[in-house]
Formats: sequence, structure tokens, C-alpha cells
Amino acid sequence: MDTEALTAWIREFARLIAANKDELTALDSAIGDGDHGTNMDRGLTAVVSVLDAEPQETPSALFKKVGMTLISKVGGASGPLYGTAFLRMAAAAGDEVDLAKVLRAALDGVIARGKAEPGDKTMIDALAPAVDALAAGQSIQAAADAAAKGRDATIPLVARKGRASYLGERSAGHADPGATSVTLLLTAAATTLGGKA
Amino acid sequence: MKKLINDPANVISDALLGFAAAHPELRVDHENRIVVRGDAPVRGKVGLVSGGGSGHEPLHAGFVGPGMLDAACAGEIFTSPVPDQMVAATQAVDGGAGVLHIVKNYTGDIMNFELAAEMVAADSGTQVVSVVIDDDVAVQDSLYTAGRRGVGATVLVEKIAGAAAEEGRSLGEVADVARKVNSYARSMGLALTSCTVPAAGKPTFDLPETEMEVGIGIHGEPGRRRVPVAPADEIAEMLVGPILSDLDFTGGDGVIAFVNGMGATPLIELYLMFNEVTQILAKAGIPVARSLVGPYITSLDMAGCSVTLLKADDELLRLWDAPVNTPALRRGV
Repeated sequence: MDTEALTAWIREFARLIAANKDELTALDSAIGDGDHGTNMDRGLTAVVSVLDAEPQETPSALFKKVGMTLISKVGGASGPLYGTAFLRMAAAAGDEVDLAKVLRAALDGVIARGKAEPGDKTMIDALAPAVDALAAGQSIQAAADAAAKGRDATIPLVARKGRASYLGERSAGHADPGATSVTLLLTAAATTLGGKA
Repeated sequence: MKKLINDPANVISDALLGFAAAHPELRVDHENRIVVRGDAPVRGKVGLVSGGGSGHEPLHAGFVGPGMLDAACAGEIFTSPVPDQMVAATQAVDGGAGVLHIVKNYTGDIMNFELAAEMVAADSGTQVVSVVIDDDVAVQDSLYTAGRRGVGATVLVEKIAGAAAEEGRSLGEVADVARKVNSYARSMGLALTSCTVPAAGKPTFDLPETEMEVGIGIHGEPGRRRVPVAPADEIAEMLVGPILSDLDFTGGDGVIAFVNGMGATPLIELYLMFNEVTQILAKAGIPVARSLVGPYITSLDMAGCSVTLLKADDELLRLWDAPVNTPALRRGV
């Protein structure tokens, strides 16, 4: 899994965020404040420009650049959460990137920064099952499917973290926008890294 | 969507250009989107930095100036600013006595200010203390949520802590005053209409002509419950009732009563509401010591209001009365 392949993963993630921007925003309007699609798209558009201008040499440098750019450009809760995730991936990436290992580090970072637990209706609900699938030796596609299943499982949940938590019972009935964008990250990995795990 | 804008993508930068032109006494850093007091850093004075998503004007940039904030960071609409902005603001106002971050309790604001404080600590000797504002009684069960939201009390904290800093108090003392205001203040809001984020182009939620949303926040997020539109005296009860049952406001030196407009409600209705609020307080035996009426912490073009009550004592009243010279609040100068 070389830097070129990982860069393709990030670019595919950016493309999927742009393509699903309106859906993410619609989900966030239902239970949050309606800006998840716009904010993530702004951040990943900036990431793509930075990678165009300064191609990264190592997986670690790539993840660090992505993390710092997201922290600087996204704002809201998603900026620090995705930013922290990529910074932790940078720290966990050695010469050979083990996707299970770096995504486990990303998950730990998101938990430490956001102080949420599984079942709180957050991005963790999609990321944790994907990490578990990879740790069990399953394919990246299986991990993406696990993330999608985790995302769908957030639909009936009542949010306990983030802005959706203010709605109480009324937050049930909609998929969590963060779990939805995490699923796009895993879908992008399956598309671009699928044969290389 | 009918708005006085050019391009939805440029609303904040275009507005900051106008803000800078209208207030040459302040410094606007357009690249970092921060507004800084013209004479910052003030040597020996604790610097006050706040910030948050845009769309709540005049909060926060309108409260930058002597007697209140030293700097404000403007995020995207309803989105927390990023750590780079907070770091730049902190460095710009550090006069050697430390910097207080005033943070409204929203997940994004908390995390971005936390990252900024970590970056400042790693980079420089500037001492930073954060105070989190969480006065919204509409959020009931804080054990299983992100906690109560920071709303109207933010304006009162910025004014009163600003006066304490101006007196030359230490960082710890200014932080204590800010925490005291937060712990003695409670708020509750109501929306008559939704609001329209320029980038979204349509109202954040649908609210029929005959209904209103009680327990609203300031980001166009729906409130706790939806009820039929009611006369102002009943609305005042819906807002003041939960506030009074959350904190005992009797036995002090009265309250600072703040009726805030959400952006699209005219002042005549806010004064009408203020009258209803004072009548309820009179019945409860709570004197109104000071008042603030107007749109100070808004939610774009939302119609509606919020009520904030602050249980006052001699110290808080004296700091409230101290001179202040900002675009949105000016007296005694």
C-alpha cells in the first residue's frame, strides 16, 4: 500500500464527499445544523488542492498533511475529529501501512477527542465496526460493508453527543451524518485499495 | 432565498470588509477572519478572546473593544472557527497577563478551542484559561447529551468579565467572574420561524404559520417541542417558567433581565415581551436591577426571542455598569 495508492484513496474520498454533499447536508439539517456536507466538501477540496501542489512522499506525511488541512479548513466538530483521526493515522503509519492498524489509531483518536462511545449516534458507530472487520482479517470491501451497516444502525438511535443530542427523542429516525461520511471514507478505500490489502 | 448578498460563498469575507470600514477603531485580520481591539495587546491586562460560528451578529465581533472582548474569531455560518484563528487571536491580544477563552458549549467550539489551547501551549509561554458557557435550560438531561448550550449568557459574560479584566484583575480572577456569571445565568429561547443559511438557500426546518418551536438554540436547530402560536403573555410564561424552576432567583440583589431578538423580530415586539417578563418576575418577587433589550445573539433571519436572567449581586452590577465601548454595546464613554 504505497503513498500513491493512499493518495488515490484520499482523492476518491474527496470525490465521494462532493458527490454526496447535498445528502450529507440534508441529513444534518434533519438532526443537526445542516452544514456537514458543505464543511467536509470545503475541507476536502482544500486537501485536493494541497496534494495537487505538493504531492506527499510518504504515507505518514500524506496523512499528516490531510489532518492539518482538515483542522484548518473544516471547523465545527468534524474538523477536529477528522483532523485528529488523520494525525493519529500519520503517527501509526510505518514504512508499510497496515490499514487495520492505522484505522484503529484513527478510531482511538476520534474517541479521545470527542469523548463519545459506540451507540451515541456518531461517526464512531460506522468506524468501529469497520476497524473490527479489518482486525478480523476481512477484506476492505467487507469493512466498508460493516461501516454501512453501522451507519444504518444509527437510524433508530437517540443522539447522545454533538448538536443532534439537543433534539432528544426527535433525533431518532435519521442516519447520523458523521457515520454517513465515515462510510464514504471506507467505500473510497474499498474502491482504491481493495486489491491491495 | 432573498438576501442582501453577492455570492453565498463570500458572505463572511464581504461582511468583514464592511465591518472593517465601519469600525476603523478595530483591526480586522481578513486572512484569519479575526477582529482585534485597535490598541491590543494592552500591556498587563488579561486578554479576552471569544469566537464562534457566524450568523449570530453582533456576537462576537460586535463586542470587541475597551470594556469587553480583545478579539473575536468568525467561523463559517453556524460553524466553529478553526484553531489557527484562535491561535492568531490569542497571540494578538496577549499583553503578558494571560488570555481567557470564552467558549460556548457546542461540541465543535469546545474541540477547536481545545486544540488551539494545546497549540498555544506547545508554541509559546502564553497562559490560556478557558471558560465554557452553558446557560440554556431547554437542554434538560445534560448527563446524556453534549450538555446545555451556550446562548444569551455569553453576552453578559463578555461584558462583565471584560469589565473585570479592564480593572486589572488576574487571569484566575477574571475566569472566576466569568464562571460566576455563567453559573448564575439561565436562558430559554423560542422561534416563530426557521432561518436560512445562505449556502443552503432554504429554511433549515419547516415551521408552519400556526406553530412555534420552544427551546430553540441559536443555530437553526429545531427545539424541544412544537406548539401552536400563543399570545405574548403565554410565551413569556413558557420561557421564564423553566428558568425560574431551574435556579432560585430570590434573595439576591434582583436580576439583570435580557430579552434578546433572534434576528428578524422587531424591537417593538421585544419591548412588549420585556413587559410580560417583568410582570412574571414581579409576581415572583424578583426585582429587575438592570435590563438589556435587543438583538445581541441572533440566528440569522430567525424570528423569535430568548430570555436570559442573571442573578445579580453588588459586584456583578458594578461590573455591568462599567464603561464599555464596542460597536454593539456602548455606554459610559
